[in-house]
Amino acid sequence: MQKMLTIISNVLRGSASRNGAEMVSEGTRVVVSARTYADFTPQATFDIKKCDLHRLEEGPPQQAVLTREEGLQYYRTMQTMRRMELKADQLYKQKIIRGFCHLYDGQEACAVGIEAGINLTDHLITAYRAHGYTLTRGGTVREILAELTGRRGGIAKGKGGSMHMYTKNFYGGNGIVGAQVPLGAGVALACKYQEKNELCVCLYGDGAANQGQIFETYNMASLWKLPCIFICENNKYGMGTSVERAAASTDYYKRGDFIPGLRVDGMDVLCVREATKFAAEHCRSGKGPILMELQTYRYHGHSMSDPGISYRTREEIQEVRSKSDPISMLKDRMLNNNMASVEELKEIDVEVRKEIEDAAQFATTDPEPPLDDLCNHLFYNDPPIEVRGTNPWTKLKSVS
Amino acid sequence: MASLRCFLRSGRNAVSVILRREFHKTSPAALQVTVRDALNQAMDEELERDERVFLLGEEVAQYDGAYKVSRGLWKKYGDKRIIDTPITEMGFAGIAVGAAMAGLRPICEFMTFNFSMQAIDQVINSAAKTYYMSAGVAAQHSQCFAAWYGHCPGLKVISPWSAEDAKGLLKSAIRDDNPVVVLENELMYGVPFEMSEEAQSKDFTIPIGKAKVERQGSHITLVSHSRMVGHCLDAAAVLAKEGIECEVINLRTIRPMDIDTIEASVMKTNHLITVEGGWPQFGVGAEICARIMEGQAFNYLDAPAIRVTGVDIPMPYAKILEDHSTPQIKDIIFSVKKTLNV
Repeated sequence: MQKMLTIISNVLRGSASRNGAEMVSEGTRVVVSARTYADFTPQATFDIKKCDLHRLEEGPPQQAVLTREEGLQYYRTMQTMRRMELKADQLYKQKIIRGFCHLYDGQEACAVGIEAGINLTDHLITAYRAHGYTLTRGGTVREILAELTGRRGGIAKGKGGSMHMYTKNFYGGNGIVGAQVPLGAGVALACKYQEKNELCVCLYGDGAANQGQIFETYNMASLWKLPCIFICENNKYGMGTSVERAAASTDYYKRGDFIPGLRVDGMDVLCVREATKFAAEHCRSGKGPILMELQTYRYHGHSMSDPGISYRTREEIQEVRSKSDPISMLKDRMLNNNMASVEELKEIDVEVRKEIEDAAQFATTDPEPPLDDLCNHLFYNDPPIEVRGTNPWTKLKSVS
Repeated sequence: MASLRCFLRSGRNAVSVILRREFHKTSPAALQVTVRDALNQAMDEELERDERVFLLGEEVAQYDGAYKVSRGLWKKYGDKRIIDTPITEMGFAGIAVGAAMAGLRPICEFMTFNFSMQAIDQVINSAAKTYYMSAGVAAQHSQCFAAWYGHCPGLKVISPWSAEDAKGLLKSAIRDDNPVVVLENELMYGVPFEMSEEAQSKDFTIPIGKAKVERQGSHITLVSHSRMVGHCLDAAAVLAKEGIECEVINLRTIRPMDIDTIEASVMKTNHLITVEGGWPQFGVGAEICARIMEGQAFNYLDAPAIRVTGVDIPMPYAKILEDHSTPQIKDIIFSVKKTLNV
């Protein structure tokens, strides 16, 4: 039996090397590192797209090793993120979620890939399309959905909403376009000051990339060599304005000028991971900030009040879904290389679906915050104070 | 998420610097300290006490400070703790807030508060609101900004007058776990004041939110903040010669305002005048009058409470015009006599 397997494996290896890439799906080449029958491949190496470089001699590696465990974890997290956002869409249309709601579906590889390249002890800040990052930074689906529905079990006790979710070392969730970038550099300054070898990932979109305060931040971060990874999530549209109509230069990875930059395929979780690891190494070695542009795509419109088809075609959206979906890409890789079975992935889907349903159930039944929480949390670590209500006779109480 | 401990201070821009030496008390062997030096001492002591404290702003390090308030600090503490920034207010205000979010205690200096308008978004939307919105998990050339910043929940706003005020309030602000806006008046930097032994101590702080009665009186209450406190005391000295005794209150804190001290005083004197350098509309005096009307002290007023304020115009350039655009001592005296109907 053993001898037969060896023969088979030699034949296969032989044919793989003879025909090369034609035998397997485009962009991947399999190196078989171990093989026992009825078991999955524990790890495989994949070719990833080369990054365009700016002021860098060399970039991230063009191959990535993926273990089975990692693959399953990335798959589960991306699928959870996808389903969570779709559930939010559903709840919004049922008017159970109100106000601003900016969904992340399509961009999952960015959040998951970035987190895979850093540690939880590192820091991260982003703008308002933040549900995905809240999840990767330690939030639960329950807490996130309950925050969207404005309940006391929400991650900010129902007081923040979609754009103001926070966890340890995750600073939101910021509503003012571009304002989070100087904040992120400030966090990076604290990292350098406190000498704990931590860094800050500071995200912004293609729309924000033209903000003046971002260039002010590039200057100071570079001057003071702050350990800051600036990341532009370029999903091609700032609300309803395409990048061509907003930016004189759409080479966002070059806009840092004196800051080295790389342009990354943001639909490939492995590409994002390797680039992030590369960038993190750059920062931790004291070289100062670095800039990554992730080319990605959002399926939804800018927010729930934007159908997203007045400035782009349905065909374009459909094409991205069928050719570049981040979850499908990972799934195909794993199945084609025997790293997981169809049934196994289906089972994960079922588990994810259940988790989302339970969370939605909680988010729709948990009570709203109590009225006496209205004035709380004005200050930190301060004695209780009185707050004027809507008229001079109404005095409300506020505790820290 | 760590609390936001972002703390801002600045001087007020002035077209001309008025040099004046004022002595408001005399007592033997007293130490005279200027407001500038008091601020410098406060920062020096707090930098030494807590290694998370650092200062950033334009010209604060190698230039020793545009108004020399941070003189000597860079030499003592070096590049890591005293940081010169480029002329990019929005950027470095945001960096200060971010550093506070991550656990440090930055002092962010705006050369003048006019420049802070560029950064007002970071002060109000990033600093003031974030603690509230995160539910405790972790919440924007020449004018008075007390009303602007005093309007905003989530901020504390202090306005020192004397050297003791400056030192004690600044130290409290640095130690406070919340964003504090410190309204320094540039015209006061060079004015020396007596500093008591108690105030010379490294542990001396003045609580935020408590006003001080600078002068006791029985006929009328004058409430003021910052430079105008001196004007009120000068006016009180003149009026005393005519038998009118003014009680002068130094607010010290704009927000949260100590209305109790004002009410107690009004209930004693039955007359109230607020005095401020800022414009009248929607200002500090307007707020004080509104609260007095809404509270128990209203029934003790023998005349309407009135406001003495800056003229409702942008600050003019010519010296004579400038002098007449903020309250003079004679304006205060005039208003007191009108109120008391004498």
